[in-house]
Amino acid sequence: MTQQFYVSPEQLMKDRADFARKGIARGRSVVVISCRDGIALVAENPSPSLHKIGEIYDKIAFAAVGKYNEFESLRQAGVRYADVRGYSYDREDVTARGLASVYAQSLGAVFTAEQKPFEVELAVAEVGPAPDADHLYRLTFDGSIADENGFIVMGGQADKVSGAVAAGWHSELDFAGAIKLALAGLVADKETTTLPASAVEVAVLDRGSESARGIRRAFRRLEDSDIVALLAEEN
Amino acid sequence: MQETTANQVAANATSSFTEHLQRERPGLMPLGLMPLGLMPLGFMPPGHMPYGQVPAAAQTAAGALQVPHGTTIVALTYAGGVLMAGDRRATMGNVIASRHIEKVFPADQYSVLGIAGTAGIALDITRLFQVELEHYEKIEGTLLSLDGKANRLGAMIRGNLPMAMQGLAVVPLFAGFDRPAGLGRLFSYDVTGGRYEEQEHHTVGSGSMFARGALKKLWRPNLSEQDAVAVAVEALYDAADDDSATGGPDPVRQLWPVVYIVNRSGAVRVPERELAAVAGTIIESRAVAQREA
Repeated sequence: MTQQFYVSPEQLMKDRADFARKGIARGRSVVVISCRDGIALVAENPSPSLHKIGEIYDKIAFAAVGKYNEFESLRQAGVRYADVRGYSYDREDVTARGLASVYAQSLGAVFTAEQKPFEVELAVAEVGPAPDADHLYRLTFDGSIADENGFIVMGGQADKVSGAVAAGWHSELDFAGAIKLALAGLVADKETTTLPASAVEVAVLDRGSESARGIRRAFRRLEDSDIVALLAEEN
Repeated sequence: MQETTANQVAANATSSFTEHLQRERPGLMPLGLMPLGLMPLGFMPPGHMPYGQVPAAAQTAAGALQVPHGTTIVALTYAGGVLMAGDRRATMGNVIASRHIEKVFPADQYSVLGIAGTAGIALDITRLFQVELEHYEKIEGTLLSLDGKANRLGAMIRGNLPMAMQGLAVVPLFAGFDRPAGLGRLFSYDVTGGRYEEQEHHTVGSGSMFARGALKKLWRPNLSEQDAVAVAVEALYDAADDDSATGGPDPVRQLWPVVYIVNRSGAVRVPERELAAVAGTIIESRAVAQREA
């Protein structure tokens, strides 16, 4: 009869965390920036159809790094959660805080109970009527949840990118400024100094969607041509 | 083992909010679409009544059940797309249940639906349909085709058939802009969920016969947007003239029909101010003509 080796819980959790961190570190970075016009989500992603950024609800967006199948299933679960909640109560009762806490619970459950933890890191963003009413939540593979201020950087080179974004961030940025800053951050670990529009995925949560365009849904994905036009704008 | 897991994942993957709700929260479904076990006893469709158990509510003729009913909806195509308008009245037997009810709704960015029949169930189905379309768009990252939307609505109406047999029918009218084809299209339904594409114009509800008669004389191919709004409001005026369950324009309370226009750039509601002017012109021209009928 084979004897099972004893592995201490500390070691077990450390191994799982290392495993997840390694998976996430392989991924390209994502930057989420809160600014005057709303929240800009920028991801380095050459695929035009396999998104890392998605719409969850009227004012809520989702961004992720890591394994596509894992964060895609979390994104779909989030959309289902939000739609059921909005349908059974009211649209305004769907909040990023509620969604983030559901994500934290599921990530935590997977981390402790499943064969392998999810190799993902998530950001849940909710745009408010004013910049100080914005909510940015960061969720890590073990179910930890953090309420961030101003911006979130996730992915393999998060430290370098984060440094570059922190240096240029202020709350009065407009979308063009925020996207430029995010792109400048994303190239911080590379030899090139610019990223072509086709290599990034950009979406925004528009603070003024209701007042300016009469649309409840604040999420808007920017096409390559929109990005080029925004970047060409002079500040 | 591997295969069963894969099958399970595939079986659980759905882009339909309705399917998800049926599976996870069936109690939230609109009355007619609920599983039998969750329906209030009185609403069990004929043939499903447990043996020897006939609840009091089922003994009442369903026709006599007093619930608000929505009335007339008109829709017509015009040069740039399609337009839908509905009056503002709901009736409950011989009583006016509401003068303010709105029965035309945007379904998504490029389509609208209008509802006639049992107001409560119709509003629930409308809300479910709106979430269904948005849910699909978010999960799949692309809009459902216009035919796809029309089919989904048909499936929901079909699900309500047991209720329709008890006198609680819902009959929608669906209109949208078909972006690949570049034109506005109209769909009508029967209580069994049958979907019929309509040409030029169509009406549903208690005043539909009169509105249809008016549209036959007023509608012309390639109407301008303004003319189309005037034609729709006048058709509703004629319906209200002869059908007691349809409400006409109400200058006293400043109530005008709800009108939505759908064209290449999306669905927009015609502002009250514009409708007040259109309705005012119609009332004035009828008054000047001094005709009885």
